[in-house]
Amino acid sequence: MTAPGKSPSPPPAPEEFGDPGTLAARLAVKQRAGGIVIPILTVVFALVISIAVVAATQHSVHTSLVAFKEIFDGAGLNWIAHPTTNLQNLAAYNLSQTLLQTSTLILTGLSVAFAFRCGMFNIGGQGQYFVGLIVANWLGVSFAGMSPLPHILIAMVGGTLAAAAYAGIAGVLKATVGAHEVITTIMLNWIAFWTVSWLIGAGGPLQNSTDPTNPVSNQVAPSARLPDFWGAQGFQGVHIGLFVALACVVVFWILISRTTLGYEVRAVGFNPDAAAYGGINVKKNFIRAMAISGAFAGLAGVIDMLGGATNYQYGQLDVPFSQVGFIGIAVALLGRNTALGTLLAAILFGGLLYGSFHGLGSSSVIDPTLASNIPYIVQGLIVLFIGADVLLMSVWGSRKKLRWRSSKPAGASA
Amino acid sequence: MSTWAERLDNPVSARLRDPAATGYLGIILGAFAAFLAIPPIEARTITWPILVGIVAAALGIWTVTRGRRRLGWGAVAAGLVGIGLGILATHSSTTNLSSAFDSTLVAQTLGFATPLVFAAMGGMFSERSGVVNIGLEGMMLMGAFWGVYGADKGGNWVVGLLVAMAVGGLFALVYAFFAIQLRADQIVGGTAINFLAVGITGFFFIQLYNNNPIPNGVSLLPNVNIPGLSGSLGQAIGDLNILTWAGFVLVLVAYVVLFKTAIGLRIRACGEHPRAADTVGIDVYAIRYACVVLSGVLAAVGGIYLSEGPQGNGTFLFDMTNGRGFIALAAVIFGNWRPFGAFGAALLFGFSSALALKLQVYSQSAGTLFNILPYVLTLIAVAGVIGRTVPPAADGQPYAKQ
Repeated sequence: MTAPGKSPSPPPAPEEFGDPGTLAARLAVKQRAGGIVIPILTVVFALVISIAVVAATQHSVHTSLVAFKEIFDGAGLNWIAHPTTNLQNLAAYNLSQTLLQTSTLILTGLSVAFAFRCGMFNIGGQGQYFVGLIVANWLGVSFAGMSPLPHILIAMVGGTLAAAAYAGIAGVLKATVGAHEVITTIMLNWIAFWTVSWLIGAGGPLQNSTDPTNPVSNQVAPSARLPDFWGAQGFQGVHIGLFVALACVVVFWILISRTTLGYEVRAVGFNPDAAAYGGINVKKNFIRAMAISGAFAGLAGVIDMLGGATNYQYGQLDVPFSQVGFIGIAVALLGRNTALGTLLAAILFGGLLYGSFHGLGSSSVIDPTLASNIPYIVQGLIVLFIGADVLLMSVWGSRKKLRWRSSKPAGASA
Repeated sequence: MSTWAERLDNPVSARLRDPAATGYLGIILGAFAAFLAIPPIEARTITWPILVGIVAAALGIWTVTRGRRRLGWGAVAAGLVGIGLGILATHSSTTNLSSAFDSTLVAQTLGFATPLVFAAMGGMFSERSGVVNIGLEGMMLMGAFWGVYGADKGGNWVVGLLVAMAVGGLFALVYAFFAIQLRADQIVGGTAINFLAVGITGFFFIQLYNNNPIPNGVSLLPNVNIPGLSGSLGQAIGDLNILTWAGFVLVLVAYVVLFKTAIGLRIRACGEHPRAADTVGIDVYAIRYACVVLSGVLAAVGGIYLSEGPQGNGTFLFDMTNGRGFIALAAVIFGNWRPFGAFGAALLFGFSSALALKLQVYSQSAGTLFNILPYVLTLIAVAGVIGRTVPPAADGQPYAKQ
């Protein structure tokens, strides 16, 4: 693509560079390798540092290694060695809970990734998640007594569309007045947070009708609950939200790689000026991409609500409540904004989150409440390193690429 | 558009005809319309708020016809909102009114605004030098924890303050290294900083205090008691925290440094056009490093107010900043990247928090909803409905030396 003589946009992601000639071919190979290598290096880096931090504070490398082994087991990944379908087996139960968290994180990750592909940073997954959650709750509580399939569909579609519209506000503001989506989505996050707090708070319109002293929403009617496909009596099972999330991975891939919409979105993300020059309506794509991004995040809230939670209470869901949208950023970045990468990163973070708190409930070496902070540290380190692939590339030894990149003029100041 | 200085040079009559002046007057009158119905004036008829509100709206329309459309519509809106609030206030009971609107509201507003002022000044320096800092939240959180830890172990709030500033500065240095030296995406880096802060403070809080609360009797940030002030003035400003007063000074200093000194000019040059700044011999990296570290130090001071100030009372809670760093960021944007603008925005946001607390005498749920005001206002501000906010031109763009 050739840009018209306008000011160049900020440098696109490394894999988008493509100069003709043998240099480009060599780089393409390296970047494809880097596409896998950098995330893996990042995770290894972050884990090593976290293990070192725990080792330093506990004064024992052994304790630290045991603690991380227990996180691994706590996530239910030792199930692979002894597979069983009986949820009363601890490993199977832990794995089922990790899968529940993973489903949510897949969707919030896809949300961030989709906006990224259009060159936007949707930091508002949290707010869109809340909107999806509360609308699904409202629809799930209303229409009680409907037959299950239409009721579930109404609640899902309603919650998803509401979140899409909510995210669309940021898209419209970017398209019409050029307001930066990072700022608008941060504001929309907190607007959603306080609005939902008001809705379910004491005297709020969606507060539960039986116990007015408790800031809790009503229970979703049984007809709107997502059925479990793997579960046992008395245990929280894995609901079909997991398949919804997996289906969305496929939908994401098809949308991005196999449709005109995805082509336009990627073109705008690559270079808005060039896309406009090529006849693509950039503003329309900003709005569209933001709305689709919001739909993914909203769907995460919907399946959390109709699946395990069924009512809303602050801090009540398994995934640390105020954070799933933000963790989606880490998931998308680690997954390099691709469908498959997001899926893998979501599994990693889902396991880390569940394994380090609930899975460690019986740990002998480390206080579970202490360990519950480890995911934040790992996640922070991962995001920090993934944003600075220059550092990791230099570690990897790609000096050539490093020099090539730093010789590029940066930003509009060029 | 003429500058304030030029406008002030004009004769009074010309100034009154200036559509900008009438627009601002309309907005002020609109606010005054609501103010009339609450203590201490507390007009019990709806006549006065309506009259003043109509005048405000009329001034707004006059301003619109003179070409300052955004300002004019802002004044019209202010007038109408003023009428609405005034009517609401005259319909509620006087006891509720006087418990919600007394002079402690001023003290509470200043109290809520103090952490925002510090973090916003920090964010402003960082952004003026061209580095977006959405890690303010995390830097505040670090200040909140390490400040109270320092005060606990050091036995003195001064130690706590120094520890908070040092940790905040070091933490910001990490961010600066990634954002400036490695030219990482600044939004991604800031997000990482926020995650890290939650993890680090949560981890060490449990590590160092064994899951127990921080013991009582930690030396707190003292209040400044002004003797001789009594009555409502004494209630309003007679017993403010030392950091609240320091915040006032900071705003003045920030203004002078940023707009009246050579250093401030260099900072702004780095934020507007780093290549040009580099060409004339300014060390862009050094300036940006200094500004980001300063933002960490100031945000940490804002954070220590939360744990060591009058509301925190020497305790730390998991993720206790609860979005205040983002409100501070909003204040920077709403204040158009200017010290007094950001200060005004911080006061406004502090006022809305204080009012959210006070309005619970009417209805708890309505008070909760009032918390969205800062965010809605900022959204409106960036949308450019009333005036337009313009960020520094190179804000958020990494700079590569040549």
